[in-house]
Parts: sequence; structure tokens; C-alpha cells
Amino acid sequence: MKYVTEYRDATLVKGVIDEIRRTVTRPWTMMEICGGQTHAIVRHGLDQLLPPEIDLVHGPGCPVCVTPLELIDKALAIASRPDVIFCSYGDMLRVPGSGRDLFSVKAQGGDVRVVYSPLDAVALAQQNPDKQVVFFAIGFETTAPPNVMSVLQAQRLGLKNYSILVSHVRVPPAIHAILSSPENRVQGFLLAGHVCAVMGYWEYPALAKKFNIPMVVTGFEPLDIANGILQTVQLLEANKVEVGNAYSRTVTLEGNQPAQKTIQKVFMECDRKWRGIGMIPMSGWCLRPEFDEFNAEKRFHVEEIKAEESPLCIAGQILQGLKKPHQCTAFGTICNPEHPLGATMVSSEGACAAYYKYGRIEMKDSVAS
Amino acid sequence: MSDETVNVEGAVCAPPLPHNEQIVMGHGAGGRMTHKLIQNSFLPAFNNPALRAGDDAAALEPKPGVQLSISTDAHVVLPLFFPGGDIGRLAVCGTVNDVAMLGATPLYLTAGFILEEGLSIETLRRVVESMQAAALEANVQIVAGDTKVVQKGKADGLYITTAGVGLVRPGLKIGGAQAKPGDVVILSGSIGDHGIAVLGARGELGFESSIQSDVAPLNHLIDAMLNASNHIHVLRDPTRGGLGTTLNEIASQSNVGIVLNEQAIPVHPEVNAACEMLGFDPLYIANEGKLIAIVAHEDADAVLKAMHQTHYGEEAVAIGEVAAEPHGRVLMKTAIGSQRVVDMLAGEMLPRIC
Repeated sequence: MKYVTEYRDATLVKGVIDEIRRTVTRPWTMMEICGGQTHAIVRHGLDQLLPPEIDLVHGPGCPVCVTPLELIDKALAIASRPDVIFCSYGDMLRVPGSGRDLFSVKAQGGDVRVVYSPLDAVALAQQNPDKQVVFFAIGFETTAPPNVMSVLQAQRLGLKNYSILVSHVRVPPAIHAILSSPENRVQGFLLAGHVCAVMGYWEYPALAKKFNIPMVVTGFEPLDIANGILQTVQLLEANKVEVGNAYSRTVTLEGNQPAQKTIQKVFMECDRKWRGIGMIPMSGWCLRPEFDEFNAEKRFHVEEIKAEESPLCIAGQILQGLKKPHQCTAFGTICNPEHPLGATMVSSEGACAAYYKYGRIEMKDSVAS
Repeated sequence: MSDETVNVEGAVCAPPLPHNEQIVMGHGAGGRMTHKLIQNSFLPAFNNPALRAGDDAAALEPKPGVQLSISTDAHVVLPLFFPGGDIGRLAVCGTVNDVAMLGATPLYLTAGFILEEGLSIETLRRVVESMQAAALEANVQIVAGDTKVVQKGKADGLYITTAGVGLVRPGLKIGGAQAKPGDVVILSGSIGDHGIAVLGARGELGFESSIQSDVAPLNHLIDAMLNASNHIHVLRDPTRGGLGTTLNEIASQSNVGIVLNEQAIPVHPEVNAACEMLGFDPLYIANEGKLIAIVAHEDADAVLKAMHQTHYGEEAVAIGEVAAEPHGRVLMKTAIGSQRVVDMLAGEMLPRIC
């Protein structure tokens, strides 16, 4: 496939890996912040080709994994209402709330629908004036533009039966939290290419400087990721603290300015709980008060629903890059993709799901190739 | 952001959701949840060796020298008509293929129709004509049937269940448990066409696509293969759950490892593009006109040659081989020269957020 196959070329990837091998002189620990990158790394087996000096740790960049339990419970409450059509990106359906998931709600008669875009939900609201249509607006900066556009579109159409349940998170505060932890061992960051396609990377030099850590904007194909790792290693070896861009075919320093302005018009920064991590101040986006009529939490009075996460798995430590999935005793035994203990196992972008799906044997049985 | 707000040792998570109390959509996806449902809900009651073999059809010997292959398949698809096929063609081909996968010649089919109140007779006529055309192509007869009508809203237009019977060629022992280390894994053509064609017909792709379902009867292809070799060990059509799930089933039944070569697996560019955009993996997309053959190494070329001379086997290709280890696992040599595990589909395949 054009523009994909080229970036999966074995010879080109091997060339970059060889360059990493030639450049690296000592062990380095780096984090790919995005779950999409985690999946690409394990799906293509890129981690196995890297020299042993490079330790990749998986970041909290799966929006499905980090959506707080409390918000899932709110989603379940809203989706259970007979007057509601509840729309969600597909992989949220499997995330467990307190005792139930959206699949269960659907099986009990709730009208839960998988949509590919929030604008599909707006269209459903137009087609079903006697129903309340709610979209589960989760995601990092990447999905914020379509999610806010759906609100603006509903406003333009004068729809009174459309609202969104917002659980947006932002990357820079998460990086700040990880680097602030006394247990942090991350020495370099691969920044999430798609997030930066929207936001640019102007927010990151200050972070890099504050924590004295290089960062490189990185794409999602094997060649992109290998290049991101190479640039990070080059910066680390040269002791340079810079923010590089190894995904320049998509990402500019400024990012998509109209998209950023539209996000600011509808969303404002707010505190957000991250599942498995806890509260990170000002790490989320919520609807501005002037868009209250589109706020599903207010429309359905679910603001009071509270839920505490129970101490069963180590998803939190995995999301922060402190542990790898196979270091969890539950991994692959009592916790697997059908019966996930933790959100990292649930989403296709979650680190545990990636490991389970693509890498289980190499870790557990050390099978020779 | 202060240090103490990061819950470093904090353990988190909701309890597991086993979905043991009620059916959810994932139970019908053909992956591990379906397997567990069969194991926990059906096998304990219907416990017999033919069912326990876990193949697409049951191999039965009602009297010495007569080997029957029997199978049944229920068909629910929305929309009823999609590019390349319809529920009628699907209902005939699905059962013909399951019966044929034991190395049998399918002979007779039965069909049960569940019709929804309000279904147009014209729609039913088109479906029935399509069934007859597929039956003619497969050279089988539909010899018995049943019709029930349910109230409006209780079915998506119509559902069809077919059952089929065929005679196994004498001397053959083909089944999921027969793969042996050193065997070659052959795939009859590109994967993912049916699943993506149906998604496209539902309007779920969000873009126009020219992808056609591959739904087809494969019994003539299998005949040609059996004429070319007596050492075909496994035949299986990778329908729901896709190639990845079916190969896992075979690896598990035969207690062998299967090693695939990613670059050898044919996927049409349109299917690949749709999967890339939606976050699906072609390895888990349903096919309705493809088969996997696991063949003794020395016969692989002859089988491939025979397949290439048939309409539904023109694109046949060797995609990997059977290894002694790891038991019950499928590995894949990736395009960039690494290796990874190919797991079974868990529950329902869900599109990714980004």
C-alpha cells in the first residue's frame, strides 16, 4: 500500500537499526508515549531488532486505558437509559466499569452503537429527534478536533438532543507527571506523532529543558519509529537536550493552528483522573460552561457518580512505564483480552493487549526463532 | 503537578468481566469467547467423539467403508445483499465448504428459513434463486427445508440455517489434528475480502470501496487438490475469526507450532487500506471463499499447481510451515525481519479509536 509499505521496508529499517547500533555506547531507557506506537513496535517486532542497550518503556498514551473508572460508570448509567442512543469508539465497549461494561449494557437492551466519527453521532441525533444521542468523547489531543467539531455542528443545527461525555486527556501534563516521579527512569521521549500533528511540538521544549531530557516527535510505521529512536539516541549520546522531529512529513512546530483554536473555543483545561495513575492536575479538557447544554454529565445528572479503583493489577505502573506487562503475575493467566483485569489489557492500543497479542511466547517461553 | 499525586505503587483496576451470565456479541465472533461458550455450554451436554474433534464438519462411519461428513451453519448477515454475494449464496457455500473440508464430496443440503414479518416476497425470491445458483455451481441439491415466521422486529429480514451431508473419499484422514512438523501451509487466495465487503455494504467504512466478498463453494477446488495429492493433512476455511484464529485452532488441535511469513500472505490493497484506516487486522477478518491446506512438504508444489488451475485457487500460495514447537502457537516472521506471536481473536473485533 502506497505511503505505508515504504515505511515497512526491511532493508531501510535494518539500515536505521544498524545506525542505532553504531551510535549507542551505553544503556538508555526511553518511553514511547503513545499506545499506537506500542502496538506498532510489538506488531512488527521492532523491539527484538534493537540493540540490548535500548530499553523501551511503554507510556500512558492509550486514551481508552486511562479513561477513569468513574467516567466509565457514568457512561454505563447514561447508556442504560431507555431514551438514550449511546455512541462510542469501538474499543471503549470492552472497558470494565464497576462490575459492568458497555457490552453488558447492550446485552441488557441499551442502545449502544459503535461509530467511527462523532459526526456520525450528530447525524444520528438528527435522524432520531425523539432520542437523546450521547457521544463518549475520549482521547488525547488527536481526537479533540472532531469531538469539538461535533458540538459546534450540533449547535449550528440547533440540535437539543445531542451531548458528549468528555474524558479528554493531554500529553504534556502526563509527561510532566512521569518525569516528576521520584521513581522515574525515563531518559528520553518518543513524542506521539498524531498528537503533534494537531498540537505541533511548541509545548515540549520547556518540558525538555525543565527535566533535562531530549524528546523526538515520532511516527507510527517501523521506519518512523526506528528513526525516532535513532534521533533520541543521537541526542542522548551527544548529551543534547532538544526536541527533534522525526515525523516531519506530518508534523510542524506550530501544528494545526485552526484545529487548536477550535479546541480552545469549546474546551478548557481541567483536572483529570487517569485510570491507574491518579489525578494529574490540569491534564484534561472539559467543555467550557457556555457549552453546558452539550455536557452529558449535566444533562443526565451523573456528576455525583463516584468510583474507586480496586487493587488488583499493576496497570498503573505499566501506564507509567515502571513495569512491563509480563512482570505482572496476572498477565496472560487470570488477565487476558476477554477478561481484562486492567484497562491496559482492554484496548488494542494498551500495552498489555499488545504484549498478549503479539509477544506472549517470547517472554514466557523464550522460544527460539 | 506534585510527586505525591502520581500513584506509583497504586494498583488500579476494575474486577474482570467474564460475561458468563449472559450472551454478548463477542460470543458470536468466532474467537476465544466462542470457543469457551462451546466448551462450557454445548460440549458437556452433547459429548461425543465426532463433536469433540472440533472440526468444521463431523466425520461419521455409520457402517464400515462408508464415511460421512455432516455439518450445519446458521447465517445472519446485514445487509442481506452485499457486493459479491448475499445471504443465500453464503448459506449454501458455508455448509458446502464445511462438509468438503474433511475431503468429502458434498451431496445434499437442507435449509431452514426464519422470516421476519413484512419481508418482501421479491427479496425472498432473489435469495432463493441465489441459493439455487450456488447449489448448481457446487453440484449439490437442497432436498428438505423448513419455514418459520417471526414478528416484525424479531429478525433482520431473514435468517437461514443450512445443513449438509457428503461422502468422504475412501482412505482419507483429513482434520485439524493431522498437521505434522515439516508440512507446508497453503492459502488459496487473499484474505479479508468478505468481512470488509460487508462492512462497506453497511456504510461503515465511510468511503466507497470496490471490494467484493469472496463467498464461493470450494468443493471443486478441493477435488482438484485431492486428485493431486494423498498427503493433504488439514483443510479448513478461515471464516469468522479469520486466518489468525483458524491457524491457532489447528496449531492447538495438532499440538504443533505454525510459522507464517507475513510477506507471503496475500491481502488486496483495498482491504489493507480499509484495515489501516479502521484499526483492523486482516488476519482476523472473515473470509467465505478461501481455504487453508496443510500439506506434506513433498506434495506442496503439486497441490499448488493443481490449485492454480482452478478458478478459486488461482492466487494460492504457500504462507508458512508447521514446526514441532511451540505447541499450539502461531508465530509470524514480520516484514521487517522480526518475529511475533499471532494470537486468536479474543471477542468481537472492535475498531480502534485512533
